[in-house]
Amino acid sequence: MARAASKTSAARSRSTKKGAAGAAVQAPKPPKPEDFDKEQELHAYREMLLIRRFEEKAGQLYGMGLIGGFCHLYIGQEAVVVGMQMSMNDGDQVITGYRDHGHMLATGMEARGVMAELTGRRNGYSKGKGGSMHMFSKEKKFYGGHGIVGAQVPLGTGLAFANRYRGDDSVSITYFGDGAANQGQVYESFNMASLWKLPVVYIIENNRYAMGTAVARSSAETDFSHRGLSFKIPGIQVDGMDVRAVKAAGDLAVDWCRSGKGPIILEMQTYRYRGHSMSDPAKYRSKDEVQKMRSEHDPIEQVKQRLVANKWADEDELKAIDKEVREIVGDSAEFAQTDPEPDVSELYTDILL
Amino acid sequence: MPTEILMPALSPTMEEGNLSKWIKKEGDAVAPGDVIAEIETDKATMEVEAVDEGTLGKILIAEGTEGVKVNTAIALLLTEGESEADLDKAASKPTAEASDEANDDAEQDEPEDKAGGSVPAAPEVKAAADPDIPEGTEMVSTTVREALRDAMAEEMRRDGDVFVMGEEVAEYQGAYKVTQGLLQEFGDKRVVDTPITEHGFAGVGVGAAFAGLKPIVEFMTFNFAMQAIDQIVNSAAKTLYMAGGQMGAPIVFRGPNGAAARVAAQHSQCYAAWYGHIPGLKVVMPYTAADAKGLLKAAIRDPNPVIFLENEILYGQSFDVPKMDDFVLPIGKARIHKEGKDATIVSFGIGMTYAVKAAEELAGEGIDVEVIDLRTIRPMDLDTVIASVKKTNRLVTVEEGFPQSSVGAHIASQVMQRAFDYLDAPVITVAGKDVPMPYAANLEKLALPSVAEVVEAVKAVSYRS
Ligand SMILES: Cc1ncc(C[n+]2csc(CCOP(=O)(O)OP(=O)(O)O)c2C)c(N)n1
Ligand SMILES: [Mg+2]
Repeated sequence: MARAASKTSAARSRSTKKGAAGAAVQAPKPPKPEDFDKEQELHAYREMLLIRRFEEKAGQLYGMGLIGGFCHLYIGQEAVVVGMQMSMNDGDQVITGYRDHGHMLATGMEARGVMAELTGRRNGYSKGKGGSMHMFSKEKKFYGGHGIVGAQVPLGTGLAFANRYRGDDSVSITYFGDGAANQGQVYESFNMASLWKLPVVYIIENNRYAMGTAVARSSAETDFSHRGLSFKIPGIQVDGMDVRAVKAAGDLAVDWCRSGKGPIILEMQTYRYRGHSMSDPAKYRSKDEVQKMRSEHDPIEQVKQRLVANKWADEDELKAIDKEVREIVGDSAEFAQTDPEPDVSELYTDILL
Repeated sequence: MPTEILMPALSPTMEEGNLSKWIKKEGDAVAPGDVIAEIETDKATMEVEAVDEGTLGKILIAEGTEGVKVNTAIALLLTEGESEADLDKAASKPTAEASDEANDDAEQDEPEDKAGGSVPAAPEVKAAADPDIPEGTEMVSTTVREALRDAMAEEMRRDGDVFVMGEEVAEYQGAYKVTQGLLQEFGDKRVVDTPITEHGFAGVGVGAAFAGLKPIVEFMTFNFAMQAIDQIVNSAAKTLYMAGGQMGAPIVFRGPNGAAARVAAQHSQCYAAWYGHIPGLKVVMPYTAADAKGLLKAAIRDPNPVIFLENEILYGQSFDVPKMDDFVLPIGKARIHKEGKDATIVSFGIGMTYAVKAAEELAGEGIDVEVIDLRTIRPMDLDTVIASVKKTNRLVTVEEGFPQSSVGAHIASQVMQRAFDYLDAPVITVAGKDVPMPYAANLEKLALPSVAEVVEAVKAVSYRS
């Protein structure tokens, strides 16, 4: 039933799209990804690898019972946050949902502090009180870490409101999923952001599933770059597995916002390799589908191949990067297991000022 | 007789205003819609329009008068066939000032009038007793999860208007596998996967219920029902009353409620007290599998909106469920889980796990505790609680929710009002700590109630330590 309905309405919205887009917004042309130079490739490689190794380690610690509750891994989606971070200025803010470890590492938050939060220890970013889904760093302008699907979208819009209010030129980078994109508060935010020309880049991380629900089973319009049309917000579809494409779109979007044109949407087409959370057996998709993405589109492998083909790094140099990353991750895991739990006196702190 | 033109009210709260200007003069002809005067309050100015056709016979309140009470006659209008001579007839009517007084009197009278018909007592709700389980009925060990699924399946077989909707209820078989197998048996017309749009699909459910269907709306957890609480409270709970009884919403909102394990503040909250606050809702929170089954069947048949609060940790626990064709339990009836004479513990849902263990421990120390499982939060079976308190004279309540305005706080207040003389000690309400749920394992343990706290509370009300 749901499927039949989605087909007809998808067709309908497609037919209205042209008029609305043409009249309403001068949609920017999707940028052609430019090649990275050596430095950029190496940077992207290291950053993505750090996230991947970190997440693998978090998965292990979860399996050992050291991390509790929900734990949503970012493996497969690394190019999105790393490419966006390369487009951002200091002062730009980041906010996302519960699949947030990669976002935090990309903003430069310490692996130790993130991992220690995952194990619920006192030197975690939230003193052990927030856990995987709820972490923040005022210093790195990372505003969480939110457990309620869609809630970060108005919040990110509010960050942009503050930027415009203060007259600084920071941009709010607001991430949410394909599933979250159906929440009502997303559209309430779109309307205000466009009405008030707020500097917010809405990044829809379309990893094709919201838990076990494939996009076509939940969404009448499956082209998420069109989701802002009736609010006059332009959107671009981006290959979110290619860090260069992400950066090119990110550059354009951030400029768009900084030049006062208001919000913009980037649909990042990406994929998560693991289950929704550690407790999801992911029976709703085939092993082949996952394998195909891993072997043909892996964001880290793509960069690695270019580094080798351009002779910008040989096996030894890549191994050295790998080793450095493993050390950081290993150290964070060690720290997260030896750091003590919060003092019991913390039970009643931080409730009110 | 001339028609009186009255001082109008600009707003529902306006009591008086200034007559700033007369636009029409005595003797002027006026037609409906003509502006005849201007009045003002501290908030706004407004033009007074004529309603009837005629001649402005006499101005009773002069231009510039301040503090003119609403409904004071400000002028007299002569309609067709009337002349100045008729104005005298109006003189016998109360003058502006006199009518002022009349108004004042009326105001003073009003409260008395209302008091005259004093507030009727709230009707007593008497729930039926549990049905008798015929002797020899087979008892089947069933998990709470299976019991809930069986209840839905049985009601869906019985009534084609019952359907289930929510996130991941169909193809994924339920995020917590409570709807396992329903899609296969009933198809995707009756087991409907929704997008992640709680406020929207809760409202769609209520609309479908207005139209006579009997939706079971599953929230993946009740934490996400906060997105939908406006539709639950404003649309589902209040419509029957607002419609004067013509229509309401026969709907069940169900899903896991309260703390699971290590899922932190945004995913760990008990809503028993929240929904228990709302007239127009029934609120059920079972502990055992048998109660889960019998009460969910009752909830689905109930013509009212029912909030059905489950618990993730209880889903996997097994209890005996009677094997009967149609096992339905009354909503609004507490169950005495264990009889005792020394003290009463009242709890519900997962709170019962603490209560039961505490009672076992206390038995070892010679304190014979009566344990009452409330089962329904609203309407609340206080009679059973009070009967027990009259016997034991001591009461402890147990719940995982926050302490302020908790379910226990309500019970304590009611027992104090209805059985004060029977209490040998102040009621102790054991609840979750007054903090958002922390993630760290050690803090989480401290934030929840414990068996030790319940034991200690029972000893305290028993003056034993
Ligand atoms: C309001 C709300 N409803 C339901 C959930 C449970 N839930 C957590 S994640 C999720 C799926 C979200 O999918 P998507 O937005 O695509 O993000 P992804 O997990 O793919 O990154 C759901 C239903 C929630 N956390 N909040
Ligand atoms: Mg998704």
